[in-house]
Amino acid sequence: MDLELKHIHKRFGHVHANDDISLMVRGGSIVGVLGENGAGKSTLMKIVSGFQCADSGEIWVDGRRTSYRGPQAAIASGIGMLQQDPLDVPAFTVIENFVYGQPGGLLLGRRTAHERLSRLCQRFGFELNPDAPIAQLSIGQRQQLEIMRLLALGVKTLILDEPTTGISAEQKSMLFQALRELAKQDGMSVLLVSHKLEDVISLCDEVVVLRAGKVVGVLPMPATAKQIVSLMFGQELASQAQAPVALGEPKIRLENATLRGKRVTVENFNLDIRAGEVVGLAGLEGSGQELIIRACVGLTKLARGRVLVDGKEKTGKPYRDFLGCGVAFGAAGRLEEGLIGGLTLTEHVALTENTGQMLNWGEARQHTEAKLKHYNVRGLPESPVEALSGGNQQRLLMALLPRQPVLLALEQPTRGLDVDSAQWIWKQLLARRESGTAILFTSPELDELVAYSDRILVVYAGLVYEITDVGSTTIDELGRLIGGQFIVAAD
Amino acid sequence: MKSRTVLQISFFILPIIVSLAITAVLIVAVGSDPREVFEAVWQGAFRNSNAFAGVVNFWIPLVLCSMGLIITFTAGLWNIGVEGQMVMGAIFASWAARTLVLPPPVLVGVEIGLAMLGGALWAGLVGLLKTRLGVHEIFGGVALNSLANVAAIYLIAGPWQPPEGGSAQATAPFPADSLLPPVSAEFPVNLLAVVIVFIAIAAVIIALRGTRWGLELRATGKNPRSALLLGVPTTRSAVSALMVCGMLAGIGGAYRVLFTYSSLRPFVSGGIGFLGLLVVLLVAVKALWVPFVSLLFAVILAGSTRLRVALQLDQSLAGVVQGMLVLLVLLANGLRQRFMERDSRRPEAETRDYPLITRPDTEAENV
Repeated sequence: MDLELKHIHKRFGHVHANDDISLMVRGGSIVGVLGENGAGKSTLMKIVSGFQCADSGEIWVDGRRTSYRGPQAAIASGIGMLQQDPLDVPAFTVIENFVYGQPGGLLLGRRTAHERLSRLCQRFGFELNPDAPIAQLSIGQRQQLEIMRLLALGVKTLILDEPTTGISAEQKSMLFQALRELAKQDGMSVLLVSHKLEDVISLCDEVVVLRAGKVVGVLPMPATAKQIVSLMFGQELASQAQAPVALGEPKIRLENATLRGKRVTVENFNLDIRAGEVVGLAGLEGSGQELIIRACVGLTKLARGRVLVDGKEKTGKPYRDFLGCGVAFGAAGRLEEGLIGGLTLTEHVALTENTGQMLNWGEARQHTEAKLKHYNVRGLPESPVEALSGGNQQRLLMALLPRQPVLLALEQPTRGLDVDSAQWIWKQLLARRESGTAILFTSPELDELVAYSDRILVVYAGLVYEITDVGSTTIDELGRLIGGQFIVAAD
Repeated sequence: MKSRTVLQISFFILPIIVSLAITAVLIVAVGSDPREVFEAVWQGAFRNSNAFAGVVNFWIPLVLCSMGLIITFTAGLWNIGVEGQMVMGAIFASWAARTLVLPPPVLVGVEIGLAMLGGALWAGLVGLLKTRLGVHEIFGGVALNSLANVAAIYLIAGPWQPPEGGSAQATAPFPADSLLPPVSAEFPVNLLAVVIVFIAIAAVIIALRGTRWGLELRATGKNPRSALLLGVPTTRSAVSALMVCGMLAGIGGAYRVLFTYSSLRPFVSGGIGFLGLLVVLLVAVKALWVPFVSLLFAVILAGSTRLRVALQLDQSLAGVVQGMLVLLVLLANGLRQRFMERDSRRPEAETRDYPLITRPDTEAENV
């Protein structure tokens, strides 16, 4: 089945998540969709699979324009999506999950369902006990079940979102084998969304790279990792921007830390960040860097190991304890984690100032005005925070952080900002570093990492590779490391 | 701009008219005259000072519960357990009334203090279940409501049964010294309780507008994750909101036993806590409106007791009117939001979609 997208647009507020995206997937081919966090991949896939509606644009199936609302209608048009977390019902058994959603009357027709399932299992070499409850299955097996369910529904285009996170190597090779077979023998079109260069290189016939909501390149495979990386990240690397500062005492220390996330585990990890040091965390979304940064502020509990702030043991303490010791955290999602929709700017300032139980709104307003001016936030003290633009929200967050923190841990501090605003943010951050603040940040922008970090930690599938000589790192090298190729080097 | 104001006003008035119309149709359907029903309710509430005292006696516990619920709703909590908190307040006050021998003013003070303690403990339990064990406050609240009622019935039928034998109807009347005195025989309302109600209204409004505690509650209610990251003790906020609500509900419960009934009865709260939930939903968590809407509800509630006498209609009609009103106002609010959204399709519209009440994330502590 041929699937063609023409001029797809989708906006969320001021974010243009999909900006005039056109692409073509021919029947029988496997197309990889690559792009950094926020490049617009997920939005595009949600539009294709019917979970969201495009603001404008057309979807053509086999040369005919189609329009549908909702995933069911998409499936009826032959387009099915395998979600990152398979959409199964944990309380049901394998066969029950296989049957639901299938057309048919009131009677389920268990026997025919059993036969179809076992035929599909045989074909792809999957081993699934039809009567096993979903809860006993691994993520890889649940994926297998979901794929077979979609196939039985007559899906001709299969979309897979990060299918290789959290599954074993053996399951991965089975999955890839099945996908190749479906494309070559059944003429299915497959869209693979992934962060992992190795997966894309080994499986896809063509790679489409998205950046900031736009298609920036279509590469026929085979292409080298270098070609793909330079498309994904755009410009060449800038050089380090700031002169190194004399480093002081260690401010934050992780000792033999084991951090368990939903899909990745970081094991036996050690980290020291000293006063005045800037450490960048590189890695594709979900590689484990958010576990590390959140462990440093007490938001992720350590499964094993210790965390020390300023030499004081803080293992197992709640976030507020860390905050009390001068650790400040800024999360990536501003209105989800950081600012409070519905409260005004003044109320935010009052909330973060420690001025006793009775509030003095006149004073709070004055402080807010001063802060807005100092941090160049364009907005009124009495306006609700969600009325601010993204850049102004980010600057407000900056204004709310403590003045002289011991550690600033920031997720994507310049996300969604233009170049000037981003530079302004970094000027503020580096000024704090001069006074002895340690900074730990994550960023999807390679040049931001290189420009401001004294050290870069590259995280891939929970493993960490440290770059100490940031100045002489090339984009090629960094891109390869982010794609996980240091594992080979280490072996 | 002008049409917008008209729209706003019509969205406010329309549900009231529609709910009255539907109620009128229902009344006609059961074979009565809506005008007579209205007349009977009006008479029931305002016939004389005695009738109006009946209104005030409903109004007092209703405002107390509603003001408490304003606090919990602000913190993003559905405190269904307010009924149980009232009952616990009533039980604690009853214990003091039955057991302690003190000079009357001191005794009344102790009774009310204990009622606050009882309500706060019961509400604190809801909070602990939620924050420590992950039991949603609605489920915890419902369970504790039943438990409180069971406890009351056990006491009435068991240890506190009247000497003439336990019929499980009520305990023996409490000693006169332990009761709240009425203003006069013509206007049987307790003045102290009215004063407490006005203090409670003022205190809640001031606490929410002018104190750090109130600001933290609002932050927790709107976005517990962000609030936590900005340094708000979200768990403490939630539990303290519940406990303060429990205190106010506890006083409401005490009023029922120390004034309305002079004894402890089963289901002593009489559904007033649930009615408080409706009041707060109706006023969209705006504290200043609570006394007025509560008064309206109290009029309907007290007035409809006369329906049976005058028209042989069941007084549950009052519940129908109240339920209809709340339902239609909420419906109108939903419609208005949709209307406004379509009206002002600005790019921000999607990001500012914050519901009135968000459920705090129990995982906020370990994000």
